[in-house]
Amino acid sequence: MAAKKLNLKDKYKLLTRDLDWEFSYEDRKKAFPYEDFEGIKINDWSKWEDPFRLTMDAYWKYQAEKEKKLYAIFDASSQHNGHLNVSDPRYINAIKLFLTGISPLEYQAYQGFAHVGRQFGGVGARVACQMQSIDELRHVQTQVHAMSQYNKYFDGFHDWTHMHDRVWYLSVPKSFFDDARTSGPFEFLVAISFSFEYVLTNLVFVPFMSGAAHNGDMATVTFGFSAQSDEARHMTLGLEVIKFLLEQDEGNVAIVQKWIDKWFWRGCRLLSIVGMMMDYMLPNKVMSWKEAWEVYFEEAGGALFKDLARYGIRMPQYADIVEKEKEHVSHQAWWTFYTYGHAAGFHTWIPTDAELDWLSEKYPDTFDKYYRPRWELAKKLESEGKRIYNNALPQLCNTCQIPMLFTEMSEPGQIAYRVSEYKGDKYHFCSDGCQHIFEEEPEKYVQSWLPAHQIYMGNCGGPDVPDILRDYYHFNLGADNLDMKGSPDEQRWNEWKKQG
Amino acid sequence: MSKVYLILQDNDISRYIVEAVEADNPQVTINYQPALIRLEAEGRMVVNRDTVEEKLGRQWDVQELHLNLITLGGNVDEDDERLELSWAI
Repeated sequence: MAAKKLNLKDKYKLLTRDLDWEFSYEDRKKAFPYEDFEGIKINDWSKWEDPFRLTMDAYWKYQAEKEKKLYAIFDASSQHNGHLNVSDPRYINAIKLFLTGISPLEYQAYQGFAHVGRQFGGVGARVACQMQSIDELRHVQTQVHAMSQYNKYFDGFHDWTHMHDRVWYLSVPKSFFDDARTSGPFEFLVAISFSFEYVLTNLVFVPFMSGAAHNGDMATVTFGFSAQSDEARHMTLGLEVIKFLLEQDEGNVAIVQKWIDKWFWRGCRLLSIVGMMMDYMLPNKVMSWKEAWEVYFEEAGGALFKDLARYGIRMPQYADIVEKEKEHVSHQAWWTFYTYGHAAGFHTWIPTDAELDWLSEKYPDTFDKYYRPRWELAKKLESEGKRIYNNALPQLCNTCQIPMLFTEMSEPGQIAYRVSEYKGDKYHFCSDGCQHIFEEEPEKYVQSWLPAHQIYMGNCGGPDVPDILRDYYHFNLGADNLDMKGSPDEQRWNEWKKQG
Repeated sequence: MSKVYLILQDNDISRYIVEAVEADNPQVTINYQPALIRLEAEGRMVVNRDTVEEKLGRQWDVQELHLNLITLGGNVDEDDERLELSWAI
Protein backbone atom coordinates (compact mmCIF):
# COMPACT_ATOMS: atom_id res chain seq x y z
CA MET A 1 0.00 0.00 0.00
CA ALA A 2 1.32 3.43 -0.90
CA ALA A 3 2.14 5.72 2.02
CA LYS A 4 -0.52 8.30 2.72
CA LYS A 5 0.33 11.66 1.21
CA LEU A 6 1.14 14.29 3.82
CA ASN A 7 -1.05 17.34 3.88
CA LEU A 8 0.54 20.73 3.29
CA LYS A 9 0.66 21.76 6.94
CA ASP A 10 2.33 18.55 8.11
CA LYS A 11 4.75 18.57 5.21
CA TYR A 12 5.72 22.17 5.95
CA LYS A 13 6.28 21.29 9.60
CA LEU A 14 8.46 18.28 8.82
CA LEU A 15 10.50 19.90 6.07
CA THR A 16 10.99 23.22 7.84
CA ARG A 17 10.65 23.22 11.62
CA ASP A 18 12.06 19.74 12.00
CA LEU A 19 15.26 20.78 10.25
CA ASP A 20 16.25 22.91 13.23
CA TRP A 21 18.32 21.68 16.15
CA GLU A 22 19.04 22.59 19.74
CA PHE A 23 22.36 24.13 20.65
CA SER A 24 23.77 21.80 23.29
CA TYR A 25 27.43 22.84 23.45
CA GLU A 26 27.55 26.20 21.61
CA ASP A 27 26.18 29.46 22.91
CA ARG A 28 23.05 30.31 20.92
CA LYS A 29 23.68 34.03 21.33
CA LYS A 30 27.06 33.69 19.67
CA ALA A 31 25.53 31.73 16.80
CA PHE A 32 23.07 34.54 16.06
CA PRO A 33 25.03 37.65 17.01
CA TYR A 34 22.88 40.20 15.16
CA GLU A 35 19.53 39.16 16.58
CA ASP A 36 19.56 41.52 19.57
CA PHE A 37 21.32 44.70 18.69
CA GLU A 38 18.47 46.53 16.98
CA GLY A 39 16.33 46.35 20.11
CA ILE A 40 13.80 43.93 18.62
CA LYS A 41 12.57 41.29 21.05
CA ILE A 42 11.62 37.81 19.85
CA ASN A 43 10.05 35.66 22.54
CA ASP A 44 9.02 32.61 20.53
CA TRP A 45 10.26 31.86 17.01
CA SER A 46 7.87 28.91 16.69
CA LYS A 47 5.03 31.40 16.25
CA TRP A 48 6.46 32.26 12.82
CA GLU A 49 4.02 31.09 10.16
CA ASP A 50 4.66 31.00 6.41
CA PRO A 51 1.21 31.32 4.84
CA PHE A 52 2.29 29.61 1.61
CA ARG A 53 3.89 26.72 3.50
CA LEU A 54 6.30 26.24 0.66
CA THR A 55 8.84 23.46 1.15
CA MET A 56 12.09 23.05 -0.74
CA ASP A 57 10.88 20.17 -2.93
CA ALA A 58 7.81 22.09 -4.11
CA TYR A 59 9.94 25.20 -4.51
CA TRP A 60 12.32 23.52 -6.97
CA LYS A 61 9.44 21.91 -8.85
CA TYR A 62 7.52 25.11 -9.47
CA GLN A 63 10.55 27.32 -10.03
CA ALA A 64 11.80 24.86 -12.69
CA GLU A 65 8.45 25.09 -14.45
CA LYS A 66 8.55 28.88 -14.36
CA GLU A 67 12.04 28.86 -15.86
CA LYS A 68 11.08 26.47 -18.66
CA LYS A 69 8.20 28.68 -19.69
CA LEU A 70 10.33 31.79 -19.46
CA TYR A 71 13.26 30.53 -21.52
CA ALA A 72 10.95 29.12 -24.20
CA ILE A 73 9.64 32.65 -24.64
CA PHE A 74 13.14 34.20 -24.68
CA ASP A 75 14.10 31.74 -27.44
CA ALA A 76 10.95 32.50 -29.40
CA SER A 77 11.48 36.21 -29.00
CA SER A 78 15.09 36.17 -30.26
CA GLN A 79 14.35 33.67 -33.06
CA HIS A 80 11.59 35.92 -34.34
CA ASN A 81 13.57 39.17 -34.14
CA GLY A 82 11.65 40.37 -31.10
CA HIS A 83 13.63 43.60 -31.08
CA LEU A 84 11.81 44.66 -34.26
CA ASN A 85 8.40 44.15 -32.70
CA VAL A 86 8.61 46.86 -30.06
CA SER A 87 6.27 49.80 -30.56
CA ASP A 88 8.93 52.44 -31.05
CA PRO A 89 12.75 52.41 -30.56
CA ARG A 90 12.40 55.03 -27.80
CA TYR A 91 10.86 52.29 -25.66
CA ILE A 92 14.20 50.42 -25.50
CA ASN A 93 15.61 53.26 -23.36
CA ALA A 94 13.31 52.28 -20.50
CA ILE A 95 14.88 48.82 -20.66
CA LYS A 96 18.40 50.31 -20.57
CA LEU A 97 17.45 52.09 -17.38
CA PHE A 98 15.95 48.87 -16.02
CA LEU A 99 19.14 46.87 -16.67
CA THR A 100 21.51 49.46 -15.23
CA GLY A 101 19.30 50.67 -12.38
CA ILE A 102 16.97 47.88 -11.28
CA SER A 103 18.49 44.49 -12.21
CA PRO A 104 21.58 45.07 -10.03
CA LEU A 105 19.20 45.55 -7.09
CA GLU A 106 18.02 41.99 -7.61
CA TYR A 107 21.61 40.91 -7.10
CA GLN A 108 21.86 43.06 -3.97
CA ALA A 109 18.62 41.45 -2.72
CA TYR A 110 20.12 38.00 -3.34
CA GLN A 111 23.15 38.93 -1.23
CA GLY A 112 21.03 40.61 1.43
CA PHE A 113 18.68 37.66 1.93
CA ALA A 114 21.57 35.17 1.94
CA HIS A 115 23.09 37.22 4.75
CA VAL A 116 20.01 37.76 6.93
CA GLY A 117 18.81 34.21 6.29
CA ARG A 118 21.85 33.09 8.23
CA GLN A 119 21.19 35.51 11.08
CA PHE A 120 17.73 34.57 12.33
CA GLY A 121 17.30 32.14 15.19
CA GLY A 122 13.98 30.87 13.81
CA VAL A 123 14.09 28.17 11.17
CA GLY A 124 10.89 29.29 9.40
CA ALA A 125 12.40 32.70 8.75
CA ARG A 126 15.70 31.17 7.67
CA VAL A 127 14.05 28.89 5.10
CA ALA A 128 11.89 31.72 3.71
CA CYS A 129 14.96 33.98 3.36
CA GLN A 130 16.92 31.20 1.70
CA MET A 131 14.20 30.73 -0.93
CA GLN A 132 13.93 34.45 -1.48
CA SER A 133 17.69 34.70 -1.89
CA ILE A 134 17.60 32.06 -4.64
CA ASP A 135 14.63 33.83 -6.24
CA GLU A 136 16.52 37.09 -6.41
CA LEU A 137 19.51 35.43 -8.06
CA ARG A 138 17.10 33.95 -10.60
CA HIS A 139 15.66 37.40 -11.24
CA VAL A 140 18.97 39.02 -12.04
CA GLN A 141 19.96 36.10 -14.28
CA THR A 142 16.71 36.05 -16.23
CA GLN A 143 16.79 39.82 -16.65
CA VAL A 144 20.33 39.73 -18.01
CA HIS A 145 19.38 36.93 -20.41
CA ALA A 146 16.26 38.74 -21.60
CA MET A 147 18.08 42.00 -22.20
CA SER A 148 21.15 40.44 -23.82
CA GLN A 149 18.98 40.19 -26.93
CA TYR A 150 18.69 43.98 -27.03
CA ASN A 151 22.42 44.39 -26.45
CA LYS A 152 22.96 42.94 -29.92
CA TYR A 153 21.00 45.73 -31.59
CA PHE A 154 20.95 48.83 -29.38
CA ASP A 155 23.52 51.02 -27.60
CA GLY A 156 23.85 51.46 -23.86
CA PHE A 157 23.61 47.83 -22.64
CA HIS A 158 27.30 47.00 -22.73
CA ASP A 159 28.68 47.64 -19.24
CA TRP A 160 25.80 47.78 -16.77
CA THR A 161 27.54 46.48 -13.63
CA HIS A 162 30.37 48.96 -14.06
CA MET A 163 27.88 51.79 -14.62
CA HIS A 164 25.74 50.80 -11.64
CA ASP A 165 28.69 51.38 -9.31
CA ARG A 166 29.64 54.79 -10.71
CA VAL A 167 27.03 56.73 -12.70
CA TRP A 168 25.42 59.71 -10.98
CA TYR A 169 21.75 58.71 -11.28
CA LEU A 170 22.48 55.01 -10.63
CA SER A 171 23.85 55.84 -7.21
CA VAL A 172 20.19 56.41 -6.28
CA PRO A 173 19.14 52.74 -6.50
CA LYS A 174 22.58 51.48 -5.49
CA SER A 175 22.69 53.52 -2.29
CA PHE A 176 19.13 52.50 -1.44
CA PHE A 177 20.13 48.85 -1.25
CA ASP A 178 23.52 49.59 0.31
CA ASP A 179 21.60 51.38 3.04
CA ALA A 180 19.27 48.40 3.60
CA ARG A 181 22.08 45.85 3.57
CA THR A 182 24.14 47.76 6.10
CA SER A 183 21.19 47.80 8.51
CA GLY A 184 20.50 45.06 11.02
CA PRO A 185 18.64 41.93 9.87
CA PHE A 186 15.20 42.99 11.11
CA GLU A 187 15.49 46.45 9.59
CA PHE A 188 16.55 44.82 6.33
CA LEU A 189 13.36 42.72 6.31
CA VAL A 190 11.13 45.68 7.15
CA ALA A 191 12.93 47.72 4.47
CA ILE A 192 12.98 45.19 1.65
CA SER A 193 10.35 42.52 2.41
CA PHE A 194 7.73 44.87 3.72
CA SER A 195 8.18 48.50 2.69
CA PHE A 196 9.71 47.75 -0.69
CA GLU A 197 8.23 44.39 -1.74
CA TYR A 198 4.82 44.67 -0.19
CA VAL A 199 4.10 48.30 -0.57
CA LEU A 200 6.05 49.38 -3.66
CA THR A 201 7.36 46.68 -6.07
CA ASN A 202 3.93 46.07 -7.54
CA LEU A 203 4.36 49.45 -9.20
CA VAL A 204 7.46 48.24 -11.04
CA PHE A 205 6.38 44.75 -11.92
CA VAL A 206 2.67 45.09 -12.63
CA PRO A 207 1.68 48.30 -14.48
CA PHE A 208 5.14 48.87 -15.97
CA MET A 209 5.33 45.27 -17.20
CA SER A 210 1.82 45.47 -18.54
CA GLY A 211 3.17 48.50 -20.40
CA ALA A 212 6.08 46.41 -21.74
CA ALA A 213 3.50 43.97 -23.16
CA HIS A 214 1.56 46.85 -24.63
CA ASN A 215 4.76 48.00 -26.36
CA GLY A 216 5.45 44.62 -27.93
CA ASP A 217 8.27 43.57 -25.60
CA MET A 218 7.51 39.91 -25.02
CA ALA A 219 10.81 39.12 -23.28
CA THR A 220 10.50 41.87 -20.67
CA VAL A 221 6.89 41.29 -19.77
CA THR A 222 7.64 37.61 -19.34
CA PHE A 223 10.62 38.06 -17.02
CA GLY A 224 8.68 40.74 -15.20
CA PHE A 225 5.67 38.60 -14.47
CA SER A 226 7.82 35.57 -13.74
CA ALA A 227 9.74 37.63 -11.19
CA GLN A 228 6.57 39.09 -9.76
CA SER A 229 5.11 35.62 -9.20
CA ASP A 230 8.00 35.15 -6.75
CA GLU A 231 7.36 38.63 -5.41
CA ALA A 232 3.82 37.59 -4.47
CA ARG A 233 5.46 35.13 -2.11
CA HIS A 234 7.94 37.78 -0.93
CA MET A 235 5.12 40.23 -0.24
CA THR A 236 3.37 37.62 1.82
CA LEU A 237 6.62 37.08 3.71
CA GLY A 238 6.89 40.84 4.20
CA LEU A 239 3.44 41.02 5.74
CA GLU A 240 4.22 37.98 7.90
CA VAL A 241 7.44 39.57 9.15
CA ILE A 242 5.57 42.66 10.26
CA LYS A 243 2.77 40.77 11.97
CA PHE A 244 5.25 38.45 13.66
CA LEU A 245 7.39 41.31 15.01
CA LEU A 246 4.35 43.21 16.23
CA GLU A 247 2.84 40.17 17.93
CA GLN A 248 6.09 39.14 19.60
CA ASP A 249 6.58 42.17 21.81
CA GLU A 250 4.86 45.48 22.35
CA GLY A 251 8.24 47.21 22.45
CA ASN A 252 8.74 46.29 18.79
CA VAL A 253 5.88 48.50 17.57
CA ALA A 254 7.69 51.84 17.81
CA ILE A 255 10.87 50.45 16.23
CA VAL A 256 8.96 48.90 13.33
CA GLN A 257 6.96 52.09 12.76
CA LYS A 258 10.17 54.11 12.55
CA TRP A 259 11.58 51.71 9.95
CA ILE A 260 8.32 51.77 7.95
CA ASP A 261 8.42 55.58 7.91
CA LYS A 262 12.04 55.63 6.78
CA TRP A 263 11.79 52.95 4.09
CA PHE A 264 8.49 54.09 2.70
CA TRP A 265 10.02 57.50 2.04
CA ARG A 266 13.26 56.00 0.65
CA GLY A 267 11.14 53.77 -1.61
CA CYS A 268 8.98 56.65 -2.87
CA ARG A 269 12.06 58.63 -3.84
CA LEU A 270 13.51 55.61 -5.65
CA LEU A 271 10.28 55.07 -7.56
CA SER A 272 10.33 58.55 -9.08
CA ILE A 273 12.46 56.88 -11.80
CA VAL A 274 9.70 54.33 -12.44
CA GLY A 275 7.11 57.10 -12.56
CA MET A 276 9.12 58.76 -15.31
CA MET A 277 9.51 55.45 -17.16
CA MET A 278 5.75 54.96 -17.17
CA ASP A 279 4.70 58.48 -18.12
CA TYR A 280 7.45 59.33 -20.61
CA MET A 281 9.29 56.21 -21.78
CA LEU A 282 6.40 53.90 -22.76
CA PRO A 283 5.20 55.07 -26.19
CA ASN A 284 1.99 53.00 -25.88
CA LYS A 285 0.38 53.98 -22.60
CA VAL A 286 -1.38 51.66 -20.16
CA MET A 287 -2.02 54.00 -17.26
CA SER A 288 -0.39 57.10 -15.86
CA TRP A 289 1.97 57.01 -12.90
CA LYS A 290 -0.67 58.81 -10.89
CA GLU A 291 -3.29 56.17 -11.69
CA ALA A 292 -0.86 53.36 -10.91
CA TRP A 293 -0.01 55.04 -7.61
CA GLU A 294 -3.69 55.30 -6.72
CA VAL A 295 -4.38 51.62 -7.43
CA TYR A 296 -1.21 50.06 -6.05
CA PHE A 297 -0.40 52.33 -3.16
CA GLU A 298 -3.41 54.34 -2.09
CA GLU A 299 -5.92 51.53 -2.50
CA ALA A 300 -3.80 48.41 -1.86
CA GLY A 301 -1.48 50.06 0.66
CA GLY A 302 -4.42 51.79 2.32
CA ALA A 303 -6.09 48.41 2.90
CA LEU A 304 -2.86 47.07 4.33
CA PHE A 305 -2.37 49.90 6.80
CA LYS A 306 -6.01 49.71 7.86
CA ASP A 307 -5.41 46.04 8.63
CA LEU A 308 -2.25 46.84 10.60
CA ALA A 309 -3.97 49.51 12.70
CA ARG A 310 -4.99 46.80 15.17
CA TYR A 311 -1.29 46.46 16.08
CA GLY A 312 -0.87 50.19 16.60
CA ILE A 313 0.76 50.80 13.21
CA ARG A 314 -0.28 53.95 11.33
CA MET A 315 0.20 55.13 7.75
CA PRO A 316 3.84 55.98 6.97
CA GLN A 317 5.02 59.46 7.85
CA TYR A 318 4.89 61.89 4.90
CA ALA A 319 2.21 59.83 3.10
CA ASP A 320 0.32 63.13 2.80
CA ILE A 321 3.24 64.74 0.91
CA VAL A 322 3.54 61.69 -1.31
CA GLU A 323 -0.14 61.91 -2.18
CA LYS A 324 0.49 65.38 -3.62
CA GLU A 325 3.75 64.36 -5.30
CA LYS A 326 2.04 61.81 -7.56
CA GLU A 327 0.95 64.81 -9.68
CA HIS A 328 4.52 66.08 -10.11
CA VAL A 329 7.42 63.66 -9.69
CA SER A 330 7.40 61.95 -13.09
CA HIS A 331 7.41 65.34 -14.88
CA GLN A 332 10.16 66.78 -12.70
CA ALA A 333 12.31 63.68 -13.13
CA TRP A 334 11.99 63.42 -16.94
CA TRP A 335 12.68 67.13 -17.36
CA THR A 336 15.89 66.67 -15.36
CA PHE A 337 17.00 63.71 -17.47
CA TYR A 338 16.10 65.60 -20.66
CA THR A 339 18.24 68.57 -19.66
CA TYR A 340 21.08 66.24 -18.54
CA GLY A 341 20.65 63.98 -21.59
CA HIS A 342 24.32 64.39 -22.55
CA ALA A 343 25.29 62.79 -19.21
CA ALA A 344 22.82 59.88 -19.30
CA GLY A 345 23.54 56.39 -20.59
CA PHE A 346 20.28 56.31 -22.54
CA HIS A 347 18.45 58.64 -24.91
CA THR A 348 15.98 61.35 -23.93
CA TRP A 349 13.49 63.28 -26.03
CA ILE A 350 10.66 65.78 -26.07
CA PRO A 351 7.28 64.00 -25.86
CA THR A 352 5.32 64.03 -29.14
CA ASP A 353 2.30 66.33 -29.37
CA ALA A 354 -0.02 63.35 -28.89
CA GLU A 355 1.95 62.37 -25.78
CA LEU A 356 1.79 65.92 -24.42
CA ASP A 357 -1.99 65.83 -24.92
CA TRP A 358 -2.17 62.50 -23.07
CA LEU A 359 -0.21 63.99 -20.17
CA SER A 360 -2.51 67.05 -20.11
CA GLU A 361 -5.51 64.73 -19.95
CA LYS A 362 -4.04 62.49 -17.23
CA TYR A 363 -2.75 65.37 -15.09
CA PRO A 364 -5.43 68.03 -15.52
CA ASP A 365 -4.47 69.89 -12.33
CA THR A 366 -0.74 70.19 -12.91
CA PHE A 367 0.55 69.41 -16.38
CA ASP A 368 -0.69 72.41 -18.34
CA LYS A 369 0.03 74.75 -15.49
CA TYR A 370 3.58 73.72 -14.59
CA TYR A 371 5.06 71.33 -17.11
CA ARG A 372 3.63 71.73 -20.60
CA PRO A 373 5.05 75.25 -21.03
CA ARG A 374 8.57 73.87 -20.46
CA TRP A 375 8.12 71.33 -23.25
CA GLU A 376 6.72 73.97 -25.57
CA LEU A 377 9.83 76.04 -24.89
CA ALA A 378 12.08 72.99 -25.41
CA LYS A 379 10.34 72.35 -28.75
CA LYS A 380 10.89 75.93 -29.84
CA LEU A 381 14.56 75.87 -28.87
CA GLU A 382 15.08 72.51 -30.53
CA SER A 383 13.56 73.81 -33.78
CA GLU A 384 16.05 76.68 -33.65
CA GLY A 385 18.89 74.19 -33.25
CA LYS A 386 19.39 75.08 -29.58
CA ARG A 387 18.45 71.84 -27.78
CA ILE A 388 18.77 72.43 -24.02
CA TYR A 389 21.66 70.74 -22.20
CA ASN A 390 22.46 71.77 -18.66
CA ASN A 391 26.23 71.67 -18.15
CA ALA A 392 26.48 72.39 -14.43
CA LEU A 393 26.76 69.36 -12.15
CA PRO A 394 23.59 69.01 -10.10
CA GLN A 395 23.53 69.33 -6.33
CA LEU A 396 22.48 65.98 -4.83
CA CYS A 397 20.35 65.17 -1.81
CA ASN A 398 22.59 63.64 0.85
CA THR A 399 20.08 60.90 1.65
CA CYS A 400 18.37 59.73 -1.56
CA GLN A 401 21.21 61.03 -3.80
CA ILE A 402 18.70 62.35 -6.36
CA PRO A 403 19.55 65.77 -7.84
CA MET A 404 17.65 68.55 -6.11
CA LEU A 405 14.81 68.49 -8.60
CA PHE A 406 11.73 68.10 -6.41
CA THR A 407 9.66 71.14 -5.55
CA GLU A 408 7.70 72.24 -2.52
CA MET A 409 4.25 70.69 -2.77
CA SER A 410 2.75 73.89 -1.40
CA GLU A 411 4.53 75.84 -4.14
CA PRO A 412 5.28 73.62 -7.15
CA GLY A 413 7.42 76.29 -8.87
CA GLN A 414 9.91 76.37 -6.01
CA ILE A 415 12.69 73.74 -5.64
CA ALA A 416 12.69 72.30 -2.11
CA TYR A 417 15.93 72.72 -0.15
CA ARG A 418 16.66 71.57 3.36
CA VAL A 419 19.96 71.96 5.19
CA SER A 420 21.30 70.33 8.36
CA GLU A 421 24.55 70.87 10.15
CA TYR A 422 26.48 68.02 11.66
CA LYS A 423 29.90 68.35 13.33
CA GLY A 424 30.51 71.64 11.59
CA ASP A 425 29.62 70.47 8.06
CA LYS A 426 26.52 71.32 6.07
CA TYR A 427 24.37 68.63 4.44
CA HIS A 428 21.67 69.26 1.83
CA PHE A 429 18.36 67.47 1.29
CA CYS A 430 15.52 67.40 -1.23
CA SER A 431 12.75 67.10 1.34
CA ASP A 432 11.69 66.91 4.98
CA GLY A 433 11.59 63.11 4.59
CA CYS A 434 15.23 62.83 3.52
CA GLN A 435 16.38 65.39 6.10
CA HIS A 436 14.59 63.51 8.87
CA ILE A 437 16.24 60.22 7.87
CA PHE A 438 19.67 61.88 7.99
CA GLU A 439 19.04 63.43 11.38
CA GLU A 440 18.03 60.07 12.86
CA GLU A 441 21.32 58.44 11.74
CA PRO A 442 23.82 61.13 10.77
CA GLU A 443 26.88 58.92 11.30
CA LYS A 444 25.60 56.65 8.56
CA TYR A 445 24.65 59.27 6.00
CA VAL A 446 27.69 61.53 6.33
CA GLN A 447 29.45 58.66 4.56
CA SER A 448 27.25 58.88 1.43
CA TRP A 449 29.27 58.50 -1.79
CA LEU A 450 27.74 61.37 -3.74
CA PRO A 451 28.72 61.20 -7.43
CA ALA A 452 28.74 64.97 -8.04
CA HIS A 453 30.90 65.57 -4.95
CA GLN A 454 33.24 62.79 -5.96
CA ILE A 455 33.71 64.38 -9.39
CA TYR A 456 34.58 67.73 -7.80
CA MET A 457 36.97 65.98 -5.43
CA GLY A 458 38.81 64.56 -8.44
CA ASN A 459 37.95 60.93 -7.65
CA CYS A 460 36.32 60.16 -11.00
CA GLY A 461 39.02 61.10 -13.48
CA GLY A 462 38.45 64.03 -15.76
CA PRO A 463 39.18 66.88 -15.80
CA ASP A 464 36.19 67.55 -18.09
CA VAL A 465 32.74 66.03 -17.98
CA PRO A 466 33.14 64.15 -21.31
CA ASP A 467 36.35 62.52 -19.98
CA ILE A 468 34.45 61.33 -16.91
CA LEU A 469 31.52 60.04 -18.93
CA ARG A 470 33.79 58.16 -21.34
CA ASP A 471 36.61 56.92 -19.11
CA TYR A 472 35.05 56.60 -15.68
CA TYR A 473 31.46 55.66 -16.61
CA HIS A 474 32.32 53.74 -19.82
CA PHE A 475 29.70 55.55 -21.91
CA ASN A 476 30.21 55.47 -25.66
CA LEU A 477 29.80 59.18 -26.23
CA GLY A 478 27.64 60.12 -29.17
CA ALA A 479 26.04 56.65 -29.17
CA ASP A 480 24.72 55.96 -25.65
CA ASN A 481 23.89 59.52 -24.65
CA LEU A 482 22.24 62.64 -26.17
CA ASP A 483 18.83 62.98 -27.81
CA MET A 484 16.98 60.10 -29.45
CA LYS A 485 16.77 62.27 -32.55
CA GLY A 486 19.81 61.62 -34.71
CA SER A 487 21.09 58.78 -32.50
CA PRO A 488 22.66 55.64 -34.00
CA ASP A 489 19.79 53.68 -32.37
CA GLU A 490 17.29 55.70 -34.37
CA GLN A 491 19.28 55.44 -37.61
CA ARG A 492 19.58 51.66 -37.34
CA TRP A 493 15.87 51.30 -36.53
CA ASN A 494 14.94 53.29 -39.62
CA GLU A 495 17.24 51.10 -41.75
CA TRP A 496 15.67 47.89 -40.41
CA LYS A 497 12.17 49.16 -40.99
CA LYS A 498 13.02 50.22 -44.55
CA GLN A 499 14.29 46.72 -45.28
CA GLY A 500 11.22 45.14 -43.66
CA MET B 1 -14.31 46.65 4.00
CA SER B 2 -11.04 46.83 2.02
CA LYS B 3 -10.61 45.04 -1.27
CA VAL B 4 -8.44 41.97 -1.73
CA TYR B 5 -7.03 41.29 -5.18
CA LEU B 6 -5.39 38.62 -7.27
CA ILE B 7 -3.61 39.35 -10.55
CA LEU B 8 -2.98 36.51 -13.01
CA GLN B 9 -1.11 36.28 -16.29
CA ASP B 10 -3.57 36.41 -19.14
CA ASN B 11 -3.13 32.88 -20.48
CA ASP B 12 -5.04 29.69 -21.13
CA ILE B 13 -4.77 28.22 -17.62
CA SER B 14 -5.73 31.50 -15.96
CA ARG B 15 -8.92 31.58 -18.02
CA TYR B 16 -10.20 28.55 -16.07
CA ILE B 17 -8.93 29.83 -12.72
CA VAL B 18 -10.87 33.04 -13.38
CA GLU B 19 -14.00 31.00 -14.16
CA ALA B 20 -13.56 29.11 -10.90
CA VAL B 21 -13.10 32.30 -8.88
CA GLU B 22 -16.18 33.80 -10.52
CA ALA B 23 -18.23 30.71 -9.66
CA ASP B 24 -17.22 30.72 -5.98
CA ASN B 25 -17.09 34.49 -5.38
CA PRO B 26 -20.19 36.12 -6.87
CA GLN B 27 -19.05 39.61 -5.78
CA VAL B 28 -15.73 39.46 -7.68
CA THR B 29 -14.97 42.05 -10.36
CA ILE B 30 -12.69 41.22 -13.28
CA ASN B 31 -10.60 43.70 -15.16
CA TYR B 32 -8.47 42.90 -18.24
CA GLN B 33 -5.30 44.91 -18.91
CA PRO B 34 -2.48 44.19 -21.37
CA ALA B 35 -1.16 40.69 -20.52
CA LEU B 36 -2.89 40.51 -17.13
CA ILE B 37 -6.22 39.84 -15.46
CA ARG B 38 -7.07 41.60 -12.20
CA LEU B 39 -9.64 40.00 -9.86
CA GLU B 40 -10.92 42.11 -7.00
CA ALA B 41 -13.40 41.52 -4.21
CA GLU B 42 -14.48 43.19 -1.07
CA GLY B 43 -13.05 41.63 2.10
CA ARG B 44 -12.48 38.07 0.94
CA MET B 45 -11.76 35.92 -2.11
CA VAL B 46 -11.17 32.20 -2.36
CA VAL B 47 -9.68 29.94 -5.04
CA ASN B 48 -10.99 26.40 -4.46
CA ARG B 49 -9.09 23.41 -5.78
CA ASP B 50 -12.31 21.45 -6.52
CA THR B 51 -13.78 24.20 -8.66
CA VAL B 52 -10.56 24.82 -10.59
CA GLU B 53 -10.24 21.06 -11.25
CA GLU B 54 -13.79 20.95 -12.50
CA LYS B 55 -13.19 23.88 -14.88
CA LEU B 56 -9.79 22.61 -16.05
CA GLY B 57 -10.92 19.01 -16.37
CA ARG B 58 -7.78 17.73 -14.65
CA GLN B 59 -6.10 17.52 -11.26
CA TRP B 60 -4.76 20.81 -9.98
CA ASP B 61 -2.57 21.53 -6.99
CA VAL B 62 -3.29 24.81 -5.21
CA GLN B 63 0.44 25.62 -5.31
CA GLU B 64 0.28 25.50 -9.13
CA LEU B 65 -1.36 28.88 -8.82
CA HIS B 66 2.16 30.32 -8.52
CA LEU B 67 2.86 29.48 -12.16
CA ASN B 68 0.25 31.98 -13.35
CA LEU B 69 0.17 34.38 -10.43
CA ILE B 70 1.54 37.90 -10.83
CA THR B 71 0.63 39.44 -7.50
CA LEU B 72 -1.98 39.56 -4.76
CA GLY B 73 -3.18 41.72 -1.90
CA GLY B 74 -4.63 40.59 1.42
CA ASN B 75 -3.77 38.17 4.18
CA VAL B 76 -3.01 34.79 2.63
CA ASP B 77 -4.17 31.47 3.99
CA GLU B 78 -3.36 28.42 1.89
CA ASP B 79 -3.90 24.70 2.43
CA ASP B 80 -4.46 21.64 0.22
CA GLU B 81 -8.00 22.64 -0.64
CA ARG B 82 -7.94 26.37 -1.25
CA LEU B 83 -6.15 29.69 -1.20
CA GLU B 84 -7.95 32.43 0.64
CA LEU B 85 -7.27 36.17 0.66
CA SER B 86 -8.86 38.35 3.30
CA TRP B 87 -8.74 41.60 5.22
CA ALA B 88 -9.97 41.72 8.80
CA ILE B 89 -11.59 45.14 8.35
